[in-house]
Amino acid sequence: MSKGKVMVAMSGGVDSSVAAAVLKGEGYEVVGVTLQIWPESKKEGGENLCCSLSAVEDARRVADTLGIPYYVLNFKDLFEKKVIDYFTLEYLEGRTPNPCIACNRYIKFEELLRKALSIGMDYIATGHYARIEFDQSAGRYLLKKALDPRKDQTYVLYGLSQLQLSKTLFPLGSFTKTQARQLAAQLGLPVASKPESQEICFVEDNDYGSFITGRVGREAKPGKFVDTKGKVLGTHRGIIHYTVGQRKGLGLSLGKPMYVVKIDPKSNRVVLGSQDEVFSKSLTASDLNFISIERLEGPIRVKAKIRYSAREEDATVTPLDSGKVQVTFDRPVRAITPGQSVVFYNGDTVVGGGIIDM
Amino acid sequence: MRERFVYLDHASTTPVRPEVLEAMLPYFTQKYGNASSLYSIGRESKKAMEEARIKVAAALGAQPGEIYFTGSGTEADNWAIKGAAYANRKKGKHIITSAIEHHAVLHTCQYLEREGFEVTYLPVNEKGLVSPDDVRAAIRDDTVLISIMFANNEIGTIQPIAEIGKIAGEKGVYFHTDAVQAVGNVEINVSGMGIDLLSLSGHKFYGPKGVGALYVRKGVKITSFMHGGGQERGRRASTENIPAIVGLGKAIELATLDMEERNQKLIALRDRTINEVLKRIPHVRLNGDRQRRLPGNVNFSFEYIEGESLLLMLDMKGIAASSGSACTSGSLDPSHVLLAIGLPHEVAHGSLRLTFGEENTQEDVDYLLEVLPGIVERLRAMSPLYEEKEGSQCTVKK
Repeated sequence: MSKGKVMVAMSGGVDSSVAAAVLKGEGYEVVGVTLQIWPESKKEGGENLCCSLSAVEDARRVADTLGIPYYVLNFKDLFEKKVIDYFTLEYLEGRTPNPCIACNRYIKFEELLRKALSIGMDYIATGHYARIEFDQSAGRYLLKKALDPRKDQTYVLYGLSQLQLSKTLFPLGSFTKTQARQLAAQLGLPVASKPESQEICFVEDNDYGSFITGRVGREAKPGKFVDTKGKVLGTHRGIIHYTVGQRKGLGLSLGKPMYVVKIDPKSNRVVLGSQDEVFSKSLTASDLNFISIERLEGPIRVKAKIRYSAREEDATVTPLDSGKVQVTFDRPVRAITPGQSVVFYNGDTVVGGGIIDM
Repeated sequence: MRERFVYLDHASTTPVRPEVLEAMLPYFTQKYGNASSLYSIGRESKKAMEEARIKVAAALGAQPGEIYFTGSGTEADNWAIKGAAYANRKKGKHIITSAIEHHAVLHTCQYLEREGFEVTYLPVNEKGLVSPDDVRAAIRDDTVLISIMFANNEIGTIQPIAEIGKIAGEKGVYFHTDAVQAVGNVEINVSGMGIDLLSLSGHKFYGPKGVGALYVRKGVKITSFMHGGGQERGRRASTENIPAIVGLGKAIELATLDMEERNQKLIALRDRTINEVLKRIPHVRLNGDRQRRLPGNVNFSFEYIEGESLLLMLDMKGIAASSGSACTSGSLDPSHVLLAIGLPHEVAHGSLRLTFGEENTQEDVDYLLEVLPGIVERLRAMSPLYEEKEGSQCTVKK
């Protein structure tokens, strides 16, 4: 008996391959797909991008090994609009976006899900390390951290709606990476020893600067480095090349370590400060999504995380009249970066999150 | 997931006929000689190849000495276009083609543009037809080649080849036609139609993959394509692929022999499909010309749905179809052919090509008609575009 039909988004990597294998083993009817989201690498042999031809070939080989149907779906136009354009505009605005969050929210769990449901699938699945549980008492689907805290990917999934969570399966939520690799090897999947991808999938060689100037069609405009008092310290190469908290690659020798504290697109200035000045105690966030609660009625205590790799910090989230929230940390946190997301946790459970304004 | 398998993608490729396979088999393991060798099994290969050449020539109304075997239809297109362009560079650097050519022609022309040639891409009308008057008007003193496909691979439109050939002949410009989709489906006579160069591909008419041919009218100057040994009269070096060439010969012979009978059957399947789909499904249009189209070709655009989802669902029901040319269906960008006949981007996305072949039956059409309306309805029910459309209709009614 089939437990239902699942469309698994396969990148050709270990995690999504194992996800497909696990679901098949559990008795689902599994269809594998790879999202073609960006034109193939222009460089010969540029093969680490997750939508490259070699990724498709790897995913197809895995699907063949598992004996599941496999398709390549074209999401190029939508990806360009919802992820690439967003990514580019954010940098031009002096912010540091997280394109994976946009891709999950608008591509994988919205358009791919819609497509899957429209062709008669019951669920979609990915190789993300996270868990979904239904909380009977609250009548809500909960997003919970992976059992392996080092692999937990809930930070990039906080944007999922109740409907999306109800139609999504994360079969790796209780796996460690080592277990996933072992299972891949046991099943003879041809990608068991493939290295992990870390970089943003559409940016070659992790070179954001060239990517953005290539998209915009002109070089970034140089401007002034200033200190927090407004004193000019030197010339920067264009605001797209910097992110808050950055110390390396400033090209200045100021006699003491200086960090990017703020980027101001209006004046085209990059503000530098001392180690202390990179720390702050509060932020505001917008474009919010809540999962464990329907909406934020009053201040709540949470653990908040301001980057994928940041530590969780004790904080209070307070709703503001504007529909935004204010997050006040118990202790100052380092390098709060506009454009990144802040995600709120209650223990293992994702409360919600939003995009940092300032 | 599938119970039944109905293959409706013959424009993409066809199965090898049993008689063709049978003719090919001895040349793998018994008669394996190199056609260039002087001893007996070499001569046997040579003889088989020349017999195949005669069959290809006969099917086209050409002389055997005018037929060159290639590795594919794409290779034949590349050779014809680059070969004619390079060999006649002294005369000029201008090439005329159409906007709806196969990529084997279009991308070759684009390559030549980067090499300093100038290319005119003629538009087509809403049925996908090139106007002979446009061809005449585009010819310049320095035009070295006209390349217009015989029949379109996506929408099946058959071009006025004889008229274009006549104009080319009058003006003294070489005329190449990519006849990959036409051979075996349409009567072709190269001399009567004024064709100087013609490309064909074995696997489109129940022959094997990996073999094609280029017809080069005697006296037409083109450069050699592959340099090496003296095969194909020194014009296309490579050890000849004898089994495939034998298969191509047999296939073209059979395809020409029963063409009329097969076409009657294909036209019946095609026309019933067209009529029934137009009747049963709303918001659908037939792309291409109703009459001047390949006997097995059907191409619809279903508004408010994506061709991609449609193909997936048909595949799950065991129906093999495509949204355009197979060469691009991995990517599913909107077809340049459908855009050229004036379809808006979003309608071009919702297209479906069904191409019938000799093993298809009316039962296959029954099955298609049983499955397709439900799939279209389901996809539309889930489509935000369709909701908007239906929504706006409601507003109008109020």
